[in-house]
Amino acid sequence: MILNIFGFLMMAFSAMALGLLFIGIARKVVARVQKRIGPPFYQPYLDVLKLFTKNSITHGFIFDFGAIMAFGGMITTLFFVPVGPFVLYGMNGTLLLVIYLMAVAYLGMAMATVGSGNPLASVGISRALTQMLGYELPFIVVLLTLIYSSNTSSIIGIVQAQQSGFMNWNLINIPIGTAVAFIALLGLMGKKPFDAPVAPSEIASGPVVEHGGKYLAFIMLQHAVSVVVKTALFVDLFLGGGNNIFIFIVKMLIVWLLAALIGSIFPRFKVEEGVLFYWRWPLIAALLQAVIIIF
Amino acid sequence: MNNKYESNKWQEVINWVQKRSLFMLHYCTGCGAIELPPTMTSRYDMSRFGIGPAATPRQADILLITGYLSTKTLRRVIYTYEQMQDPKFVMGFGSCTINGGMYWDSYNTIKQLDKYIPVDLYIAGCMPRPEAILEGFLKLKEKIETGNADGYKKYNKEYETYKKNQEKVLGEVKRRQ
Repeated sequence: MILNIFGFLMMAFSAMALGLLFIGIARKVVARVQKRIGPPFYQPYLDVLKLFTKNSITHGFIFDFGAIMAFGGMITTLFFVPVGPFVLYGMNGTLLLVIYLMAVAYLGMAMATVGSGNPLASVGISRALTQMLGYELPFIVVLLTLIYSSNTSSIIGIVQAQQSGFMNWNLINIPIGTAVAFIALLGLMGKKPFDAPVAPSEIASGPVVEHGGKYLAFIMLQHAVSVVVKTALFVDLFLGGGNNIFIFIVKMLIVWLLAALIGSIFPRFKVEEGVLFYWRWPLIAALLQAVIIIF
Repeated sequence: MNNKYESNKWQEVINWVQKRSLFMLHYCTGCGAIELPPTMTSRYDMSRFGIGPAATPRQADILLITGYLSTKTLRRVIYTYEQMQDPKFVMGFGSCTINGGMYWDSYNTIKQLDKYIPVDLYIAGCMPRPEAILEGFLKLKEKIETGNADGYKKYNKEYETYKKNQEKVLGEVKRRQ
């Protein structure tokens, strides 16, 4: 029992550390793309530490509860995603559960915006929830295809189905679906072509507009964990997972850097353009892939 | 280093962290705004010093006042400053914030920013080039590390004086948190 709790805590803290490291590396890489020197790779750690030393102001109980719900929802999602050899839950249906749990973080943020009462925050969160309608549809179609082709809806089962070699990866088996899922992943992580929810120059960083000090630190940690969760999910589903934690982290880093590089060269979609984009080409491609796999 | 306020080891660690990560909110009133995009982007790149732009006062550490302040904009600056969370630092940018600059005889602009909110550092010039802005940031980091950038403590301590000065030019100032 005690050992279990210790394991959960270790996993949460190492995911935060890893996510902050990933964000720092991506900032450095994007800076090099733009011919800048860029901040040191450990800058996100310093940012979070600094935010914890600042004073912070609350806007009531709902505001506090929303921040904790966003953070806790993301940590809970982490426990259901296998990261390399660390598998906490392996039962059937974890894939569907993870899709539902990922929405909890957004709902927590929505709660915090209600508490803060700032109109820019409401605009931001409504954009985030609208965009969720966009990317979830093609993503769900790809996941159903995946469940059909590997005959299981547990993530660890899908990983085990791809074990014996590179040719068994879902990247090779369902290539169009992988591409669609990657585009959906950009929306899931709020990377550049689909970052209308947090657009700093239009709506002053959207949902986090009233978060200062320790609240912003929690939101940054939540973002760090979400990077780990979403890249780990993609690696589990399409890139064959990994028995070795180092190989798994390298795969995650490749996915994350690819997303960062794509983000560094594209401008952002308006939110309705983003949703329409998702409902047009990725959805058609996902349905085509489903038809190919089923028949 | 004449540190007026007591400090201990823990405070030194906090200063060390704060020095390395600063979010900057720029209040662009006049011509000074044009010097900031080159400072942020590829040519001069301030992010290598750990300084990044912030979107809102809640998230910011530095308030950068770029240029002259009319009595109308001063009110907004005071609101912005009071919405920021401690520790917070103010940088006056250009000679307008020091003595009025080229608006020294205008009936409608304030001459010394320091009378209304505490300024930790001035960057002189009309306009200061991006090199001067970066130099100013490095000076501010030095002041933060030695604990001398204590304008916010001064504001809390001598709040009545500042309030009197503010109300002298503005009339009533509605305080909001």
